[in-house]
Amino acid sequence: MKLRKVSAAAATALVLALTATACGGDDGGDSNGSGSGGGDKIKIGIKYDQPGLGLKEPDGSFSGFDVDVATYVAKELGYEPNQIEWVETKSADRENALSRGDVKMIAATYSITDERKQKVDFAGPYLLAHQDLLVKADSDIKEGTDLNGKKLCSVTGSTSAQNVKNEIAPKAQLQELGGYSECIAGLQSGALDAVTTDDAILAGFAAQDQYKGQFKLTGLKLSNENYGIGVKKGATETLNKINDALEKMVSDGAWDTAVEDNFGPANYKNEEAPKIGQIVQ
Amino acid sequence: MFDFLSDYDNPTLLGAFWVTVQLTVFSAVGSLIWGTLLAAMRVSPVPLMRGFGTAYVNLVRNIPLTVIIVFTSLGLANIFGVTMGTEELKVRAFRLAVLGLVAYTAAFVCEAIRSGINTVPVGQAEAARAIGLSFSQVLRLVVLPQAFRSVIGPLANVLIALTKNTTVAAAIGVAEAALLMKEMIENEAQTLLIGAVFAFGFVVLTLPTGLFLGWLSKRLAVKR
Repeated sequence: MKLRKVSAAAATALVLALTATACGGDDGGDSNGSGSGGGDKIKIGIKYDQPGLGLKEPDGSFSGFDVDVATYVAKELGYEPNQIEWVETKSADRENALSRGDVKMIAATYSITDERKQKVDFAGPYLLAHQDLLVKADSDIKEGTDLNGKKLCSVTGSTSAQNVKNEIAPKAQLQELGGYSECIAGLQSGALDAVTTDDAILAGFAAQDQYKGQFKLTGLKLSNENYGIGVKKGATETLNKINDALEKMVSDGAWDTAVEDNFGPANYKNEEAPKIGQIVQ
Repeated sequence: MFDFLSDYDNPTLLGAFWVTVQLTVFSAVGSLIWGTLLAAMRVSPVPLMRGFGTAYVNLVRNIPLTVIIVFTSLGLANIFGVTMGTEELKVRAFRLAVLGLVAYTAAFVCEAIRSGINTVPVGQAEAARAIGLSFSQVLRLVVLPQAFRSVIGPLANVLIALTKNTTVAAAIGVAEAALLMKEMIENEAQTLLIGAVFAFGFVVLTLPTGLFLGWLSKRLAVKR
């Protein structure tokens, strides 16, 4: 009797654990791999909360480098800007959103990594970013080792936070918060000494009107982040079209314009436009 | 399939769940004490205390936990400079999370205990008063012991909810299970598998707790 109760409980445990996560399996959506426009819409995944890369403005419009790149690519695929439906894809959702077919492509500071390549295919890269530090304009932090004992901030669970913990400055005091804006508020008030993540993201924040001139990037190249455009695994036709579009964007100068527009005010020294398929480890 | 789990040593999977357990235990003890005090306030003969208890419970119970926890970090620590007696950010985040969890959970503990107090027949309290016990003695010696025995079931629910609520502490960077889960999802791109591992981990924590306290509440219930 007792035993039966316990084994029933154990069975319940298993069932609970499985059902709790049984939302959104890998049964993909329909793969309409042809990118012909003709009046229908294209869904593109971006970030909504990263100024300079992908930001939803209070009036409902979108701005940022990722948005500009995605808009250019969509145009090459035959979609006008008014045919684009922007979808927010948070970091943890990106692979599932592609495999389910929620979005056709994702341009959301999506670093190309081996683990992710097993799940999705990447076009690009279209930007080479590096992990960097954002500090106050009068700060004396110059290299990674200066951080030991300093208070620095990154987003909970992010790759940048893990790099700090495991490699760059294990002795640093790391504060992990929910978003970069919370970190930057702490940096502004003096509660924190530095904020760390990809330089492109930091540049986007530093370029915002309310922070102009208060912060600087240290220019340390602490990692290589190759931003690619994610598409569903096996959507080779779309992938090739996106790659062609990215090459065209670099050659006709639109890429440089987009960099200047979005990162200009932050003294951000961007890398040369990467060649397609050239991944810097 | 599960081989990636061994790549994590800062913290390990068990280490992260150990932090979850610590958060739960500290917060449970703290909220039991603070919740009992609140319940005593709410049944006390002093109007000011009654008013404070009622106001506290109704206010705190209706604020989302995430707001409370994030406020402890961004508000108390960053703006008002509350250090919680340490310069170690990790330790500080842990203590702030416990503070937030205690403040929040105590409201629910208070209500559970108050419902238990209502199960004690009025005659008992009157008899205790009649033999000359003071209010605090009536509560301590006669009412609360009986009340506690009848609310083990409801308190078990609060404890299980608290265990799962500790995941909110990840929002201010406490290195517990939910934060490790975020890291793994960031690196491995295996949402489903990782989600299942952590869901199972929480079930392993809460299920025995629920079974044990269910058995205890049956055993200790006051038969009337």
